[in-house]
Amino acid sequence: MEFISPEGLRLDGRRPHEMRQLHAEVGVVAKADGSALFEMGNTKVIAAVYGPHEVQIHSQQLHDQALVRCEYSMAAFSTGERRRRGKSDRRAMELSLVIRQTLEAAILTHLMPRSQIDIFVQVLQADGGTRAACINAASMALADAGIPMRDLVVSCAAGYLNSTPLLDLNYIEDSGGGPDLTVGIFPKLDKVSLLQMDSKLSTDLFEKVLTLAMEGSKAIAEYMRQMLLENTQKLAFARGTLKR
Amino acid sequence: MRGLQFELESGQQRRVSKAQERLKDAAGSVHAAAFVNVGDTIQVDHEAGFLRGHGTQVVNGELLATVCGIVERVNKLVSVRPLRAKYNPETGDVVVGRITEVAPKRWKVDVNCRQDAQLMLSAVNLPGGIQRRRTAVDELNMRSLYEENDIISAEVQSLYQDGSLHLHTRSLKYGKLENGQLVTVAPYLIKRLKQHFHHLKQYGVDLILGCNGYVWIAAPSESGKSSVSDTPMDLSNDHGSEMSSKRSTTLIPSAQEDGKRDLSDDDKVRDSITRELRERICRLANAVRVLAALGLLIFVESIIDTYEVSLSWDTAVKDMLAAEFCIKIVEREAEHRDKKELAI
Repeated sequence: MEFISPEGLRLDGRRPHEMRQLHAEVGVVAKADGSALFEMGNTKVIAAVYGPHEVQIHSQQLHDQALVRCEYSMAAFSTGERRRRGKSDRRAMELSLVIRQTLEAAILTHLMPRSQIDIFVQVLQADGGTRAACINAASMALADAGIPMRDLVVSCAAGYLNSTPLLDLNYIEDSGGGPDLTVGIFPKLDKVSLLQMDSKLSTDLFEKVLTLAMEGSKAIAEYMRQMLLENTQKLAFARGTLKR
Repeated sequence: MRGLQFELESGQQRRVSKAQERLKDAAGSVHAAAFVNVGDTIQVDHEAGFLRGHGTQVVNGELLATVCGIVERVNKLVSVRPLRAKYNPETGDVVVGRITEVAPKRWKVDVNCRQDAQLMLSAVNLPGGIQRRRTAVDELNMRSLYEENDIISAEVQSLYQDGSLHLHTRSLKYGKLENGQLVTVAPYLIKRLKQHFHHLKQYGVDLILGCNGYVWIAAPSESGKSSVSDTPMDLSNDHGSEMSSKRSTTLIPSAQEDGKRDLSDDDKVRDSITRELRERICRLANAVRVLAALGLLIFVESIIDTYEVSLSWDTAVKDMLAAEFCIKIVEREAEHRDKKELAI
């Protein structure tokens, strides 16, 4: 299949190095300690964070650090064909684990011993790159909940199709069969927290795709910081930080 | 606007953003540089040296923020105060909490903290109000004092290195709370003040602003100055030693009898709360909810102000959580602060 037109445009009209439209909102779930909505084009993910709070299952309590739990689910209406998806199918379990591990690396868990942090992520619309969107949404929700972190975790996907590295694959490109790489980074510390690819790619090509994904992540990070800063300022100004 | 479920029309949206803009200008002295995100570098004087406070970390000699919030500097100590975070307890805080568990010699209390607080049996006033050793009988009768899901007011006694905290109710002010409603707000909206217990005479309502973001609004108890003052005493008469002796002989009938009597007592109190009083409580509770949703500071004057304004605007209790009222409150607050600014 032809993924790039002779003019160098992709199926949805983007250039190979172009990202989809970003949109993020903080504080979308009323009862959660922290929450965020993150959209990349038609991919839409909502995340809610509860905690740190008392550990629910006593035997899971860790005496020197916080217990981080993550639950990923996909809404029945999130894909083209309506399907009931549990949170216990293999794909969901794998994704929960990936999201948890990526975020746990950022959270300063040793500051909150004997407590528990719950992260719930749900995909509302799936159009490729859900993994990255989930991590971004959860990361913003954690920041909103005031949970101390080493750095924001930002994630972006990139692929390689028609011998061109493509940034931020959508669903059609994702199912094109080419390599699909998801990377999660700490933008300030310049460290990698997640690197996933389920196919083969030669080293030099891999490096190109990886650099592209990291560039994309940094662009997303800039946007996320801006959104979080706006939110903080709004809260502070409403409260009135002055000591009068 | 967290916690309010309505869609704003474009006109209303404009009014809100305009009011927010005004609040921003009124806040004045908070410099934009004081706000940091997770991972932002905090400017410090490296030659003079600095102390790393909460919400910061040092990476390669650079001071980075670990939370989103406002940078605070006290001499050399640099820390970042997050806004929406869990309750950060300090000794002496007045808190409102819910009993989650009755454990050996202590109660576990949910106080919106990162761990449940502990209320030791030795840190409560025992029925009868006398100082004595806690016996095994007292331990068996713990549920007659506070049961699971009871709401209590207490004071933070001490904090421990591992983050656990101990409460005490060794004053007649503290104890079980009844006949009211609990409103949960973000802890950063409640300031630590001298006075957290309030009796609003004009409404005949008791108000407790827990430092942990739990606000208790209740009908006052008939007897005495404070709704909580005589609860332990009552228990001494009803349940204390007398009951334990009764239970030891005829366990089941007395227990049933107790239950019945408790129920009828409760019913009596509930009946004595008039419809008007209930409405006042609900109106106050909604005032707190509105302030919390708008992120405005919550203290007695602001609650009373919102209450009075809702009356003068003829807003029904249920309409206080609707869009129009909330927008009018923000606009009012913006105007208020503008005036203050001018006065200064």
